[in-house]
Amino acid sequence: MHIIDVNSQILKENSRLAEENKKLFAKYDLHVTNFMSAPGAGKTTVLEETIKRISSKYKISVIEGDLRTSIDSERIEALNIPSYQITTGTVCHLDARMIHNALHDFKLEGSDLLFIENVGNLVCPADFELGEDLKAMVFSVVEGAEKPKKYPVMFHSVEVVLLNKIDLIPYSGVSLEELISNVKEVNPSAKIFPISCRTGEGIDEWIDWFIGKINSK
Amino acid sequence: MHEVGIAQSILTIVEKEADKSGASNVKRVKLIVGEFTGVVKESLEFALDIVKKNTSAQNAEFIIETVKLKTYCQECDKTFIGKDDAHFLCPDCSGILGIVEGKELKIEFIDVE
Repeated sequence: MHIIDVNSQILKENSRLAEENKKLFAKYDLHVTNFMSAPGAGKTTVLEETIKRISSKYKISVIEGDLRTSIDSERIEALNIPSYQITTGTVCHLDARMIHNALHDFKLEGSDLLFIENVGNLVCPADFELGEDLKAMVFSVVEGAEKPKKYPVMFHSVEVVLLNKIDLIPYSGVSLEELISNVKEVNPSAKIFPISCRTGEGIDEWIDWFIGKINSK
Repeated sequence: MHEVGIAQSILTIVEKEADKSGASNVKRVKLIVGEFTGVVKESLEFALDIVKKNTSAQNAEFIIETVKLKTYCQECDKTFIGKDDAHFLCPDCSGILGIVEGKELKIEFIDVE
């Protein structure tokens, strides 16, 4: 009987593949954003609204992650944007291998931006690097002001938080000030944009910041 | 519930290490899991029990050591450990706290025969 000092990262294989993805993205001079949120926060709608405003300037590709169906991919393709649907079955997040495998079929040559829409889940996607440049989070205000404190790992892992559906605030009783203060508590350096995809409020501010981010890469 | 995937990654590494050393039976596996990851200890234990079947670690005991979230303020040179709230502003100077510990997801050692 003897002890073997393994001292190994459990997710080292994911990290290795994420690094490979990163190299491939760099080869195509591609800026990659990983959008995460709970189910129904409005990730796909945020992508649609973002695409509508910048697709004349940038060539965009999208990878969609869902447990089932290609509904989201079809929505993106309706905007004449190439989209690749990953259906994970029962897996609650995208990992670097799924992206790696998708890149065998999904050609990124000529694209400027890649948006990856992760599986709707407020916990698991935060643990898996994909090789992205930017981690963004969409949070619908009606989910409740206390959620950043309850799910701090994901809120802490992102650079930008889009607080979506602010048009519903009058009906929900959620305090936007309290929500923003809770996001800042968990992630003081996060950039926060209150937005509404329905009314368009705040979207231009998010886009301006995002374009600045792309240009600073 | 991504603990099943994590458990599979653990078993892959454990089996490879056991194989390398020519061992046929893994007795113990020591894991280090930070509190500030998306991994829940109980779910991981449950997943490991299922995933370890028919592997060289099927009788192994998995010891999971959890590591509390430890943050540090560079301005005040102060460390904060194991607060209930994940609060990343320094209570003294309101500076941004960095994570020192709590993000670990590691296999420390395996005990084989």
